[in-house]
Amino acid sequence: MKSKVNNKLKGLGSEIEEQIDKKLNPNISIPIRTLSNIIYDKSTGQLTLGDKVSKRYFFNVAHAKKFMQTMMVASFCNDLIGQNIHASIRDMFYNLKRTLPETSENTFDVQSESDPIIIDLEVALDIFREQLHLTTDRKGIVAGNVIIKDRGDSIDWSKLGSGGWSIPSTVEEIEFSKVNADFVLVVEKNAGFERLHEDKFWQKHNCILIGTGGQPSRGTRLLIQRLNREYKLPVYVFTDSDAYGWYIYSVIKSGSMSLAHISDRIATPSAKFIGLTISDIFEYELKKCIIKARELDIKRAKELLNYEWFKRPEWQKEINLMIKKGIKAEIEALSHRGLKFMSETYLPEKLKKKAFLP
Amino acid sequence: MKTAAELAKEQKEISISEFFEKNKHLLGFDNPTKALMMTVKEGVDNSLDAAEEAGILPDVNVRIKNISDDKFQIVIQDNGPGIVKEQVPRVFGKLLYGSKFHRLKQNRGQQGLGISCSVLYSQLTTGSPTKVWSKIDNKNKTHYYELNINTIKNEPEILKEEDINDGLKEHGIKIEMRTIGRYRKTIEDYLKQTSIANPFAKIVYNAPDGTRITFPRSVDALPKPAREMRPHPYGVEFGVLLRMLSKTKSKNLASFLSNEFSSLGAHSSNLICKTARLDRNLKPAKLTRDEIEKLLNAMQKVKIQRPPLDCLSPIGDKELEKSLKKEYPESEFITTVQREPEVYRGFPFIIECAIVYGAKTDKMDVIRFANRVPLLYQAGACAITEAVRNVEWKRYNLPQSGNEVSAPVLLIVHMCSTWVPFISESKEAIASYPEIVKEMKLAIQDVARDVSRFLSGKRKVGEQKRRLLLFERYAHEVASSVAKLTGKNEKDIENRLKDLISKRIRISDKDEEQSEQ
Repeated sequence: MKSKVNNKLKGLGSEIEEQIDKKLNPNISIPIRTLSNIIYDKSTGQLTLGDKVSKRYFFNVAHAKKFMQTMMVASFCNDLIGQNIHASIRDMFYNLKRTLPETSENTFDVQSESDPIIIDLEVALDIFREQLHLTTDRKGIVAGNVIIKDRGDSIDWSKLGSGGWSIPSTVEEIEFSKVNADFVLVVEKNAGFERLHEDKFWQKHNCILIGTGGQPSRGTRLLIQRLNREYKLPVYVFTDSDAYGWYIYSVIKSGSMSLAHISDRIATPSAKFIGLTISDIFEYELKKCIIKARELDIKRAKELLNYEWFKRPEWQKEINLMIKKGIKAEIEALSHRGLKFMSETYLPEKLKKKAFLP
Repeated sequence: MKTAAELAKEQKEISISEFFEKNKHLLGFDNPTKALMMTVKEGVDNSLDAAEEAGILPDVNVRIKNISDDKFQIVIQDNGPGIVKEQVPRVFGKLLYGSKFHRLKQNRGQQGLGISCSVLYSQLTTGSPTKVWSKIDNKNKTHYYELNINTIKNEPEILKEEDINDGLKEHGIKIEMRTIGRYRKTIEDYLKQTSIANPFAKIVYNAPDGTRITFPRSVDALPKPAREMRPHPYGVEFGVLLRMLSKTKSKNLASFLSNEFSSLGAHSSNLICKTARLDRNLKPAKLTRDEIEKLLNAMQKVKIQRPPLDCLSPIGDKELEKSLKKEYPESEFITTVQREPEVYRGFPFIIECAIVYGAKTDKMDVIRFANRVPLLYQAGACAITEAVRNVEWKRYNLPQSGNEVSAPVLLIVHMCSTWVPFISESKEAIASYPEIVKEMKLAIQDVARDVSRFLSGKRKVGEQKRRLLLFERYAHEVASSVAKLTGKNEKDIENRLKDLISKRIRISDKDEEQSEQ
């Protein structure tokens, strides 16, 4: 595996060297990652990249610097793999940032310049950031009846007190020693996770509880996928009742536009949406906690309507309802009917009725 | 109360010289700086006119010495044909005496005022007479004069006159005057500009501080001589016509017209007579005022060919370019244009124009010439300035704010004509006849277009240089990264990449950049 990634990086180097020798304009082919080249594959239920490719040339004033940056990142990752060490994407930025001799120009000025280059390399060489030995900050928490092995240590997700286990950016190499659960419940918000964790929801319902803390990290998404694929656990996603929450659900299920090239590695197409829907607001008498939708919410909702992967009638109905009524709600709203309403009434009922959106 | 008889006693003739005494400014002698300038200018103009007319490549020597605080001695010497002994006193000692006034021919001087004004000014301010040496050929000795002007009679007053043995070595004139003045570097500018407009002249200048500047010839041939032309009917006024009628040798009106005017044949002469309802056989000298008026009107009405255009002697676009290259060796680009002859009020004229780009200035300077003479003052009132303001410089890649063009540019505009319409006798600015301003603007636009093309080429080269530097800047990191990936020698890859850069980015080559997608 490692040598394969190594070979791809070396191949890129050799290709550029060959172009220099042949007096060609050195270039790197990079698949385009804008909406125009993103395709929703109905058969797999995932977003994928189309076959539009752009070329990044050295002899082009607009490309030259990015060309240099791409080669620098490739060379940096090649070193990491060679030495078998990992670096965070922030480490990498600082390692590669320097002032070009006799100028006041830096190779990289801000980390937002080096981050997208990593994704460029991923799509160009069809490899993953994790394989390049690059890590990101831990994001996401998990609790449940599961024991794993991480770098030789055994960790029991049921014995971590109030905290839960922080999900690292790389979860490929985690080994599962014991998985005892009937399903996975993913909660968009850390507050929701805290509530359900304190209420021992995962014990009572024999599930694995995951809090994403907003948009889920790649590590979290991959962990969800592994639990789904390797242990056939159904995945239910619980988010706010607005366009942003619903998009989080779609990212877990179908992949995101910005990482469409790795959807099949981190998406979970069989995931289902448990709540919150606009219909729930009326069904569970949550009218007191309705929030008026802002202009931006409506605009975003209208965008969702047009996404291929939101074209299912159930979703069109929910989104249209939201636009028509001009309302939204957050999962904390459930506490209006008592703090334990979420863990003791709402979720158990939804699970029992199998009231899921596809 | 005074009686008419008493008043009549007080009324008397004013001599031209007295008039000048009181109206120095009309002739350009308004202050000490300009007075010194005018003295040099009139002397040099005359020297160049004389030599050119005699077919001699002019050598002119100017020396200014500061004798005391504000007193200067000016010596101007040329290698022209000289002036015959009998004429010298009147040329220098009588205002409005000269050969150039009564003819239509492109000359530097026009009125026969210039040098005698300098003599008068010197006499009025220092009391010193003007010294003149003249030699016409080697068979004759040098004639030496010391003279003043009798300001009441407007006649020369000869103080000393003799033939001297050890005078001038060859033919030519030398004059020496003393004048109250103030010295400014404008005199040097004037001589430099004179040298530009007269590339066939050699001018040597000895400044008051002892420095000696030589403005060498840039061409070794005199220009095609300007030819005298008869007046064109469109440019004639009542007084002139009256004088011409009284002096003509022609027997009748029709032949007077075709003999004395340019562009008039038998047909158009008869047509004028017919239009004026005058008998073509009238004796010219017998015409009444009323008849002259009718004749003049008819002359303006009838459609007449334009005047002959071959009587002018422009600097020449090639000659002007050579001359500018000599004076501005630091310049990056020089372009010149000579327009086709045009006509205003029956006078033919030619506009020439040049731009020097990369001169030692950060805003555009305009150098004005009329009949090869630099115009140094009253720029604001000049047709050239008006034409310059009519041009939209931004359209020619030259940054402009208000009336100022911020670029290292010298703009040279020359008008040559058989009669340049100056706004005053001091000949400092050309009057803004629409035909003239229009032609000047077209000439300026011609050269401005050339500059615009030059600048966009220059910008392209600059862009190529910037691209070259950009690619070179990134070459090291690229090479070093590639070397780390392939395990090859870093220096080697870097050299090959730099080699490729210099091959692909050739300065001034066409841009063949490939772009994404």
